[in-house]
Amino acid sequence: MTTMLRQADPAAQTVPGPGGTVPEAPSRLPRIAGAVAALAVLAVPLYSSPYWVQTFTATAIYAAVALGVSLLLGRVGMVSLCQFALLAVGAWIALRIGYGLDLPFLLVVLLAGLLTGLVGVLVGLPALRLSGLYLALITLMAAAGVTVVLAATQFPNGGDGVLGFSNTAAGTSQLARPSFATSDGAFYVLTLLIVGALFGLVVWQLRGKAGRAWAAIRQSEATAVAAGVSVVRYKLWAFALAAFITGAAGALLAASGGGVTTYQFPTENNILLLAACLMGGVYGLWGSVVAAVFVKVVPALLQVWGIPSDVLLIAFGVGVIQTVLVSPQGAAAQLGHDLSRLARRLSRGGAR
Amino acid sequence: MTEVRIEGLTVRYGGVVPLDGVDLTIDGGAWGLIGPNGAGKTTFFNVLSGFARPAEGRITVDGEDLLSMRPHARARWGLRRTFQTEQAIRELTVADNVRLGYEHGRRGGAGEAVAAALDFVGLADQPHRLVGSLDMRGRRLVELARAVVGSPRLVLLDEPAAGLPDQESEELGALIRAVPERLGATVLLVDHDMALVSACCEKLAVLDFGRLVATGPTAEVLQDPLVLAAYLGTTEEVA
Ligand SMILES: Nc1ncnc2c1ncn2[C@@H]1O[C@H](COP(=O)(O)OP(=O)(O)OP(=O)(O)O)[C@@H](O)[C@H]1O
Ligand SMILES: [Mg+2]
Repeated sequence: MTTMLRQADPAAQTVPGPGGTVPEAPSRLPRIAGAVAALAVLAVPLYSSPYWVQTFTATAIYAAVALGVSLLLGRVGMVSLCQFALLAVGAWIALRIGYGLDLPFLLVVLLAGLLTGLVGVLVGLPALRLSGLYLALITLMAAAGVTVVLAATQFPNGGDGVLGFSNTAAGTSQLARPSFATSDGAFYVLTLLIVGALFGLVVWQLRGKAGRAWAAIRQSEATAVAAGVSVVRYKLWAFALAAFITGAAGALLAASGGGVTTYQFPTENNILLLAACLMGGVYGLWGSVVAAVFVKVVPALLQVWGIPSDVLLIAFGVGVIQTVLVSPQGAAAQLGHDLSRLARRLSRGGAR
Repeated sequence: MTEVRIEGLTVRYGGVVPLDGVDLTIDGGAWGLIGPNGAGKTTFFNVLSGFARPAEGRITVDGEDLLSMRPHARARWGLRRTFQTEQAIRELTVADNVRLGYEHGRRGGAGEAVAAALDFVGLADQPHRLVGSLDMRGRRLVELARAVVGSPRLVLLDEPAAGLPDQESEELGALIRAVPERLGATVLLVDHDMALVSACCEKLAVLDFGRLVATGPTAEVLQDPLVLAAYLGTTEEVA
């Protein structure tokens, strides 16, 4: 017991906590290297084919969706299996507003986010009473409900009426892009900027009062309450924020190449999305980017290489198992660890 | 100092009756709440902080009806507690843990309040350290700081020294005594460590099988044969 008496050693700061849920504070070098590499990668499609521009646009959009899943699961401890459905809701709302009112594009994105946020609060209501498997099931049912309704209503395509869809309408279900970003390349850059802003919004919330309240709720709701936190309010706020960024992403998706069709939103994709987020890692921000790469870039590569995409399902299954067993923090954190280990090794080698 | 008036408090869990008609008035200062395992001490705290609903009884704090307040509202009112299993938030820093205890239901002043609370428990030199990297002593201190930040009125400490060696337990005792003296809050301390309880508390309340078997000044209560029998199951002296 004498070890408990010694003054706390500040160098022990990076010791991971019990259960491995406390992420190690990564050292600067891999972070900067990662950022530079990321920027380089982001620029690649601009110099290659339209196929890759569209794939990367979709990847950026899905990174925002994955961020919503990770926010709920990694930061607050709530499983939501309807985030992919909320993406469809966001796209629907954006199209409806886009065809119905003559508003600037950014305003449409904002409104789609806000209205989807409201839907997210409704979906979050059961979360106040249910958790774990029950919450997962309820949200999956909500997702299935969205799929069914969507199949009946279709995405607005410029038709008349409340639903804005007509079989004879000339328009497609694609949201008009702003005049300054009509080309795929420009729209890709715009998407990056908006998704970057959504990430910024989440980071800002995580670093503040909400982030502290969520951390408390995730560890112990009783503790959060005893600190004066309104658990109801902060759980709903998490759902609202996750739905907001997902809805805004939906607007971007509606404006991306070819627009949207109802076939793009099968219910099971909600589960695949969760699997991808778990593989990428739900405790950090990069994990969401990695998840989006799993969901968009990997299938695109498979298509280029002529490998059937069913392989992906199996790979996801194996990937989740490997994540759970080997690196519960997910691929992004694992990569961070590996990089910092590499950096340490290199710097040690250089010193010799 | 905050006065807590408890009348006819009964809690039932199915057939179990962890609290059975408890009448007690806590008139400020530091009180110890003692009793054997399963006596109902934690349940008593849970009722006060709103995590358990009593079947019968009334509780007033400074004349206000406590039971009509929602749990997080009680915390904002100034009823603060720690937990038997230590609950400092691992992934937050020391300062953020304390700030968490201050910022809900208040506007502004967090910086000074957090600094004062960290100063009080002696953690002012490492506010940015992750709590997950602290030892048990550090985490217990963080939890205490989170409970006393701002202006607490009633502080409930459930076995705050559990898992600490004697010397650290003594240090913690000095802090607990300072809560009423320096912060003006009423303290209710549950602990099995009689040395700690008698060093900190001028009054004691003793629970046994959910019934209040004795209350009064610490020295007197510890001489009470009923207490000795209840607490130790023998007639040996306790402290
Ligand atoms: N949620 C609950 N449901 C059912 N029974 C409970 C519950 N909470 C406590 N009890 C029972 O109530 C009794 C009192 O428990 P309590 O935790 O209040 O005791 P305690 O005095 O804090 O004991 P210890 O010193 O071991 O912490 C015990 O018999 C316990 O099993
Ligand atoms: Mg107890």
